[in-house]
Amino acid sequence: MRNPGADMNSIISRRRLGDRLTYAVLVAGGLLMIFPFLWMLTTSFKDMGEVRMWPPTLFPRHLDLTNYRDIWHEYPMAQFLWNGFVIASLSTLGTLISCSLAGFALAQLNFPGRALLFLVVLCTILLPYQVRMVPIFIEMATLGWIDSFKPLIVPAFFGSAYGIFLMRQFFLGIPRDLKEAAILDGASPFAVFWQIFLPLSKPALTALGIVSFVTSWNDLLAPMIFITTFEKMPIALALSFFKGQGEALWPWLMAASVISMLPLMVVYLAAQRWFIEGLTFTGLKQ
Amino acid sequence: MSTAQHWTSDAARLAPAVGGAVETAFARPRRLGSNRVREAAWAYLFLTPFFLGLLFFILGPVLAALAISFSTWDLLSPPRFVGLANYREMFADRLFLIALKNTVYFTVVSVPLTLLLALGLAAMMNRKLRGISVFRAIFFFPVTASIVAVSLLWAWMYTPDFGIINYALAQVGIPKVKWLVDPTTAMPSIILMTIWRSLGFNIVVFLAGLQSIPKDLYEAAELDGAGSWDRFRQITVPLLTPTIFFAGIMALISSFQVFEQTYIMTQGGPGNATLTLVYLIFQNGFTYLRMGYASALSFFLFAMLFVITVIQVRLQTRWVHYA
Repeated sequence: MRNPGADMNSIISRRRLGDRLTYAVLVAGGLLMIFPFLWMLTTSFKDMGEVRMWPPTLFPRHLDLTNYRDIWHEYPMAQFLWNGFVIASLSTLGTLISCSLAGFALAQLNFPGRALLFLVVLCTILLPYQVRMVPIFIEMATLGWIDSFKPLIVPAFFGSAYGIFLMRQFFLGIPRDLKEAAILDGASPFAVFWQIFLPLSKPALTALGIVSFVTSWNDLLAPMIFITTFEKMPIALALSFFKGQGEALWPWLMAASVISMLPLMVVYLAAQRWFIEGLTFTGLKQ
Repeated sequence: MSTAQHWTSDAARLAPAVGGAVETAFARPRRLGSNRVREAAWAYLFLTPFFLGLLFFILGPVLAALAISFSTWDLLSPPRFVGLANYREMFADRLFLIALKNTVYFTVVSVPLTLLLALGLAAMMNRKLRGISVFRAIFFFPVTASIVAVSLLWAWMYTPDFGIINYALAQVGIPKVKWLVDPTTAMPSIILMTIWRSLGFNIVVFLAGLQSIPKDLYEAAELDGAGSWDRFRQITVPLLTPTIFFAGIMALISSFQVFEQTYIMTQGGPGNATLTLVYLIFQNGFTYLRMGYASALSFFLFAMLFVITVIQVRLQTRWVHYA
């Protein structure tokens, strides 16, 4: 005879063991994830002598901001941050406008070629920037836009496949009857979009906005190609130039890295849910 | 029009629920044809930016890359048609073969490792435990961090003489590793750092897939005496195959584009040990201004990604279970 009570007990005790094991692995893994950032912070306070100490000091001997002050004086850091901010916010604005319009049309409006167009959107998600960058560079050079922010901002106003896909999936979740009714009542599709659907899509717009901002802020390749003047560089590109200025200046490099990460880190702490949802949206909906 | 205005502002609040009821209430005799045409016209208007984007920034450039790849062009003098010369040069180019080998090496090692680790960690995080969302946020954090900052950070941690990693290894008696300085360990070092950075993304993707698996399946199996490993193999993995497929394709595509890490940490070195395809495209296009050759390389990358994706999609019928 099987004793169901004993079975339950063994299941519960097995679960407890499993829980403890899970916590152990997750804590260890979590430390591996977070420790490098703490090491970045620690290093950023050290002086050149201290980074060469063996064994390394886990905490800096003096908590002084000399490295930060020096970097701020030596380089136009505020300008780099501002450049990054301008590029990221304007390209985000463009992405939000173009992708919500296209996503709405693909999800809610009837028109010939809709299925085909959606297939095109899906395929272009798989088309990396690296494959297109030479002709895009030539286009931008022809327009005389090299060494300006335009090549990094203007394309966003023409939509990104990922963003269109995200907005389309979101708009699909809203009943079509809502639109049909408003249109039968004489509202134009634009009024329907602007007055009904856009206010409803704040969660999707927030997620897409964050993804787009983070991607642009952290982007290296496109700014590398298009920006040549030091003062026009966004922070990520400027940071990549610091390493060339002397391999061993690790405290400086780490201080500059902290500066470059700080704005996004603050937003992440406040809104990590949106980061996670936005950046993995396509995965969530599969 | 004023009624429509009033109606729409109300609808914003009522939206999700009212649907069908409202339609019946507001139904009027449909003026079929003209309404349809009007709606399609609006749709094309909404899509105009995307059409232009497709033309100028997506399909246009891909076709242009193909055309340019049959020419030599330094941007200063007009392009000259050279037929397949760039492609012939490519397969004779020692650097191209090295970059191709390195990129494949990077992909073949990093993609399966990332997916396996992410799957295991996601399965753990899928348990109903306190504080799981904190772990999720912690593992995801490197995904949002600047790749430049993170590459600098790892280059510093990998430093053979003063690096924290060698110090940690020394504590358990492992002698100094040269990491980025040694051609044999340089690529594994880049791979390790990349796995660390992209793990969180894949964990969250898998977590979403796991949460869509009905809980009662597990409970039934548990009462039947299936251990947690059995449950993982018999229930979790089969039902998760669509997510694994998706995550796999995304990981493959992004790993074939690896560039930033090697640019910052090793500049493709030492001795071309971390030279990758995108690095080579970048060098040829923007350092040597060889637009034709760079385009040939990028078109090769595109063709390779395309073929791999098609193969993946074909193979999925054999192992992906759609519910």
